[in-house]
Amino acid sequence: MAQRTPLYDVHARSGARIVDFAGWDMPVQYSGILDEHEAVRTRAGLFDVSHMGEVVFRGPRALASLQKLFTNDLSKCADGQAMYGCLCRESGGIVDDVVVYRRGAEDLLVCVNAANRKKDFDWLSGHADGADVKNESDEWGQLALQGPAAAGVVQKLTSVRLSSVGTYRFTTGDVAGIPCIIARTGYTGEDGFELFCPPGKAAALWDALLEAGKTENVVPAGLGARDSLRLEMAYRLYGSDMDDDTTPLEAGLGWVVKLDKGEFIGRDAMRKQKEAGVPRKLVGFTLTDPGIPRHGYKVLRDGQPVGVVTSGTKSPSLQTSVGLAYVPSALAAEGSTFAVEIRGRAAAARVVKTPFYTRPR
Amino acid sequence: MDFPDDLQYTRDHEWCRVQGKRATVGITDHAQDALGDIVYLELPAVGDEVKKGEAFGVVESTKAVSDLFAPVSGKVVEVNSPLADAPEAINEDPYEEGWMIQIEMSDPKELSDLLAKAAYQKFVEEDAE
Repeated sequence: MAQRTPLYDVHARSGARIVDFAGWDMPVQYSGILDEHEAVRTRAGLFDVSHMGEVVFRGPRALASLQKLFTNDLSKCADGQAMYGCLCRESGGIVDDVVVYRRGAEDLLVCVNAANRKKDFDWLSGHADGADVKNESDEWGQLALQGPAAAGVVQKLTSVRLSSVGTYRFTTGDVAGIPCIIARTGYTGEDGFELFCPPGKAAALWDALLEAGKTENVVPAGLGARDSLRLEMAYRLYGSDMDDDTTPLEAGLGWVVKLDKGEFIGRDAMRKQKEAGVPRKLVGFTLTDPGIPRHGYKVLRDGQPVGVVTSGTKSPSLQTSVGLAYVPSALAAEGSTFAVEIRGRAAAARVVKTPFYTRPR
Repeated sequence: MDFPDDLQYTRDHEWCRVQGKRATVGITDHAQDALGDIVYLELPAVGDEVKKGEAFGVVESTKAVSDLFAPVSGKVVEVNSPLADAPEAINEDPYEEGWMIQIEMSDPKELSDLLAKAAYQKFVEEDAE
């Protein structure tokens, strides 16, 4: 039986289309993926992301312990700041990509992917090294209000001055009278907030945000739009674009791997890989022929398979077909060309700069 | 969900409008709704032969890829070419603007395998359970 978030009844009642996602009954769309995508780019959309997991590190060993499990450098993360990075195996393979919310050196919340809740907790608690590691995944509901209108809408419901909460910063406070972690984070490329709240209050918070957002025409949005929004930003999706057999260097996440920060699991393997040369890289590409690239399609060069597409869609904002693919490093430079096999046909593709979509200023 | 009386339907959710030896083909309201926003379409060329039950094209929504199956065999005599640039017409108007191809049937007896409105409606309802 699939798991359900505290908002399942709300989704079902409001006519969302429900699908199975990583063992969760989740809304894939409300009014339609394209509508919701556009709403987030131009106004705001509200997402239920309560399926995400939360693992908390506490105690005097919390920071030191998590530093050894996380590729990015938490000594550069201030209290009240969030930081993106990976958890890696000794091999450098990615256990998960996560966001760490540093509430203090002795209190750090790790937000993990839904599909990896158990795997991550087992991995993290198995390497606790004296820290008190707790799986709080069932103790949090999580809503994401994303889009240019998001801040104005949340501000109507809280006395916290949101202009003082910068990007990738967070604070705590009441929203609609509900105690929340108010984080200026997200997965869409737009300004917005992720609100962590008690699960029993998630439905009340959902209703309050939609009500407060009526004048801005805020809409509920599903996983379909979340996926097209993140892909336009070339944000990686664990399980599609990377897994236990890919390293952050291969996945284009070298910017969150701080090899000089001190010891952490996977560092030696990645240092070796960097010295030897990364054999394949995840690149962003656009199709110059008709068609839509999809996860699993082959990358061809001179008719031979040399790589694989990990994500692809027709970008709703750009109206072009975009995707991410693993290719040999020799083909990874911007402007390199290859083909994507679509139903037996070779569709021409070109490596481009990411993000695919840039917010208008 | 709208299923016009004058059409015949397949269990793969295509519809067929027969006029003499010609059959106009598209996908049903149920199919477009299940697919979601349609963003890409591949159709055969005029003159191509299609065979009953075999794929004649592909339709892609934001989330899925689906084959289109020919309700009858024959030669493609017309293609709704503007649809390639405006595939959303399939969502908006699956039975008129969203028609896909016209087939000159080689064996009109094949039509007897298609479903009338009531039978198709029942099939869709049972499918949903």
